[in-house]
Amino acid sequence: MIEGIGILSLTIWVPIVAGLLILVTGGDRNADGQRAIALIGALLGFLVAIPLWTGFDASSAAMQFQEIAAWIPLINVHYHLGVDGISMPFILLNSFTTLLVVLAGWQVIQTKVGQYMAAFLIQSGLINGVFAALDGVLFYVFFEAMLIPLYLIIGVWGGPNRVYAAIKFFLYTLLGSLLMLVAVIYLFFESGGSFEILAWHKLPLGLTPQILLFVAFFFAFAVKVPMWPVHTWLPDAHVEAPTGGSVVLAAITLKVGAYGFLRFVLPIVPDASHELAGLMIALSLVAVVYIGLVALVQSDMKKLIAYSSIAHMGFVTLGFFLFQPLGIEGGLVQMISHGFVSGALFLCIGVMYDRLHSRQIADYGGVVNSMPRFAAFFMLFAMANAGLPATSGFVGEFMVILGAVKVNFWYAFAAALTLIFGAAYTLWMYKRVVFGPVANEKVAAMEDINSREFLVLGLLALCVLGLGLYPLPVTEVMHASVNNLLEHVAHSKLP
Amino acid sequence: MDMKSLYLIVPLAPLAGAVIAGLFGRAIGRRGAHSVTIAAVLIAFLASLVIFQDVLAGNTYNGPVYTWLISGDVRFEIGFLIDRLSALMMLVVTFVSLMVHIYTIGYMADDPGYQRFFSYISLFTFSMLMLVMSNNFLQLFFGWEAVGLVSYLLIGFWYTRESAIYANLKAFLVNRVGDFGFLLGIGLILAYFGSLDYAQVFQAAPQFASHSISLIPGEAWSLLTVICILLFIGAMGKSAQFPLHVWLPDSMEGPTPISALIHAATMVTAGIFMVARMSPLFELSDTALSVVMVIGAITALFMAFLGLVQHDIKRVVAYSTLSQLGYMTVALGASAYGAAIFHLMTHAFFKALLFLAAGSVIIALHHQQDMRYMGGLKKYMPITYWTALIGSLALAGIPPFAGFFSKDAIIEAVGASHLAGSGFAYFAVLTGVFVTAFYSFRLLFLTFHGPERFRQHHHGHEEGAHHHATVEPKESPWVVTVPLILLAIPSVYAGWAYIEPLLVKGWFGSAIVVAPAHDTLGHLAANWHGVLSFITHGVMALPFWLAVAGIASAYLFYMVRKDLPERVSRKAGIVYTILLRKYGFDELYSWLFAGGARKLGGRLWRWGDVTAIDGWLVNGSARLVGAVAGLVRQLQSGFIYHYAFAMIIGLVVLVTWFVQP
Repeated sequence: MIEGIGILSLTIWVPIVAGLLILVTGGDRNADGQRAIALIGALLGFLVAIPLWTGFDASSAAMQFQEIAAWIPLINVHYHLGVDGISMPFILLNSFTTLLVVLAGWQVIQTKVGQYMAAFLIQSGLINGVFAALDGVLFYVFFEAMLIPLYLIIGVWGGPNRVYAAIKFFLYTLLGSLLMLVAVIYLFFESGGSFEILAWHKLPLGLTPQILLFVAFFFAFAVKVPMWPVHTWLPDAHVEAPTGGSVVLAAITLKVGAYGFLRFVLPIVPDASHELAGLMIALSLVAVVYIGLVALVQSDMKKLIAYSSIAHMGFVTLGFFLFQPLGIEGGLVQMISHGFVSGALFLCIGVMYDRLHSRQIADYGGVVNSMPRFAAFFMLFAMANAGLPATSGFVGEFMVILGAVKVNFWYAFAAALTLIFGAAYTLWMYKRVVFGPVANEKVAAMEDINSREFLVLGLLALCVLGLGLYPLPVTEVMHASVNNLLEHVAHSKLP
Repeated sequence: MDMKSLYLIVPLAPLAGAVIAGLFGRAIGRRGAHSVTIAAVLIAFLASLVIFQDVLAGNTYNGPVYTWLISGDVRFEIGFLIDRLSALMMLVVTFVSLMVHIYTIGYMADDPGYQRFFSYISLFTFSMLMLVMSNNFLQLFFGWEAVGLVSYLLIGFWYTRESAIYANLKAFLVNRVGDFGFLLGIGLILAYFGSLDYAQVFQAAPQFASHSISLIPGEAWSLLTVICILLFIGAMGKSAQFPLHVWLPDSMEGPTPISALIHAATMVTAGIFMVARMSPLFELSDTALSVVMVIGAITALFMAFLGLVQHDIKRVVAYSTLSQLGYMTVALGASAYGAAIFHLMTHAFFKALLFLAAGSVIIALHHQQDMRYMGGLKKYMPITYWTALIGSLALAGIPPFAGFFSKDAIIEAVGASHLAGSGFAYFAVLTGVFVTAFYSFRLLFLTFHGPERFRQHHHGHEEGAHHHATVEPKESPWVVTVPLILLAIPSVYAGWAYIEPLLVKGWFGSAIVVAPAHDTLGHLAANWHGVLSFITHGVMALPFWLAVAGIASAYLFYMVRKDLPERVSRKAGIVYTILLRKYGFDELYSWLFAGGARKLGGRLWRWGDVTAIDGWLVNGSARLVGAVAGLVRQLQSGFIYHYAFAMIIGLVVLVTWFVQP
């Protein structure tokens, strides 16, 4: 470890520095060199994050690996980093996903290779910053800045309708971000001039300000999750984004929204959270049921998986607002699992798109005949998406449903419908794309996955099965922080 | 080696076989794949035998293997419960699986997916073993869904055939409807009992006997009734009970060894096993038991009728399976859990035998499955014929074959039951005896007796879509006939040999709990005077004569007056059509659920997402912004401090508004 620089700083700045390094090494003539730097940068980024896991004290709910330095003394803004059992797993997930995305884009991206790789690395560092920030302003800066690479990824390497998608995305996020900025400034004044998130957790607040703060944060985070009805940017963004963009969007960016609920909403405005829990649960269940049905009728594979993401993220917000260990830990496990599964599914669609240049289900059929190895991976991830036990997709949904029964049987009833809907839309798509006789000559000419694709999908398959068969280690790191959060949320902050 | 490692070996050996054959199939080749998997299943079978002996000696085991998850104060464990019930199931599962593995060498000899097939059936064996050996609801659900997955993979084994991949999706989704109820039942158990461990739940159950919950405001229902019915919905999916039966006949699209192993002998009995395992819960709810009995009775009778009109040999056996599963379910409803498990066991033997015999005929006729193009095969395939005859006699319930004992025990138990619905159930199981005997011997006569019709060309239901050479049919190779013979042996003796220990001597011990008021098998035990007396008693009773009448009628219809079937079907036009259309459930479900969900999804998408949210809110606000921007364009001065000033004013206004108390 470098003297004076903490682990969390390394997880943020190593990828960013690698990204900048790529940008200065010149244009496409040096593509191979840039790929190499990107791989090394991503690998280093992942390696420096590993001590977070190995050195983590799971028995403590306190922030660990803390770093603090004055940043803008004038208004008391600090460069304050730290992680607990809730945020730590996501830094690892993000660094791991970045590695996969670099590998997945290795040959596929042929134009502006350097910028593409740099955008992902810089984004990776910024997202680690979001999960590590303990200062309100620092969080806000990372939270906003991480969108810039994503805009560029969609805007530059995206599909034909990318401008519409980008504007839609922009409109949605702008709304949320501005309201959150106001909330942050308000909290600054209320707390007597502090941007410390942990200090805000202890701040007594009346019910009306709590509700207004809830609304402000809700728009910022619900758009990201995304929750119904502020979800319609996601299918468009996914459809237009290149494969790597979709993977990061689904695997990581959505998690930032859900994380925001746990870091800001529940602890800062617990009374408002209890007050509005019914509404949040209702929106989550709408996501599960309504979006599940909508996913069924999609003819574009990416749209289908995008809608399925919304339905799966519905479980996360449902779990959070049950205020129970099973619900919150279930939601967190679901977030991690969704990172693996949706990432893998977008990669699978990317593998097919690279060969046939279509995302329409109708253009496929009988892919298993020409790509048996690919079909086996795709089956595993499809089953994980349908929540089959022994895959990671089961764990979170199972925990949240069990937690929901305790609160209200009908919440669980609606949520459990995903057992049917999730299987229906995923496996129906799988049937039409993969099974059946070879649909056309183009499908017949598809080549099975190469060793690089095998490596990427294989790593994800191990993650999906590992988390499904033995989730205990992952949830163990969360217990102390989640229990601490629940205890905190149980106490009223009304003055 | 201690017993605990042996318990682990039973499921893990087939898993290892599945992984090796699945991942390294190309490297180890066909011979390697079947050697590895058969060796693994053989090990599992032998280990199960040892465990069975050990359990008979009075040793049971209940303990964890590893902790899967801890959350809050709930521990989720993976663990084994080895008692007489699970030991018996392990033996049945590994034995039938071993037979099917061997048979597959012959049946799938020409198939390009040979290694994949062995991998799947070994994976299935693993899943089923995990299910029956579980000591908690989590692992039960694991196994439950895993057998569903393998069933999905195997029904769609010939993935280029549209009918197969339709059937496997249908099977998975219908099963998921059952699992939906099952999962909610498990959720209620955790919510009220605070544990998913069988032992803890069963111990606490009596305290909840009079507990009621209010799911709909103003309505108070017994907690255990709700839990039991939800769990039973799961069993209805897996064990194909009305109205979730629709997937099982279509599952015949899978290769025949699968029909024998999964869709007759083992997987479909998971629901029966589960309810028997849950007897400490079901015994506390008369309502739930009544529901179980009535659903079982409907399935037993009405699915048997469908067997009368099928032409496809496998479909006849499939409907027969549905009907027999109904018998087992009726037995569960009558609290005759032992009889249900007994019938499950005898049925596993003779039904696997019948399926494999049907498969033997199908390969001999080059994938011809239509009985109208069979006939007279007796002299070409003597081993298949005689074993199929044994299977049919066992199925029809003729003494001394196995089915007679288990079925008679069920009928007597239902007769002794006093629960609501037992009258209808008794009528259904009695009528079912006649119908069962009729369709079984219809199959036997049409296939093996009468004129040889297999030289007529017909391109109906072919399995592998191969050549149609008109070579003479000949007896199948030894890998096919040996399993037939090995399955025929227990089909003969398993009834009289095991009825006394299983049903009279209280063999299951504490594995099965029966409330004194529900002890329908007690009547049988109280009047027990030995196997011979049971037979003589049975031969003088109604069910036996109904079975004989069924066989005689089939003889009349298909051997003597061959014009009768035609005339009867014309006379009973509407009834015949209804039966041919399988009561219209397929059409109803595909219209109502598949079509309905797609229509609803389409509406929600177009009206909700596209029109309302995107059209009005998003694009509307974009247009609004555009219009407003046109107006405020005049304010654009180009001076940066103007903008900064405007932003600050805006923020100040917002913050002031927030800060206002």
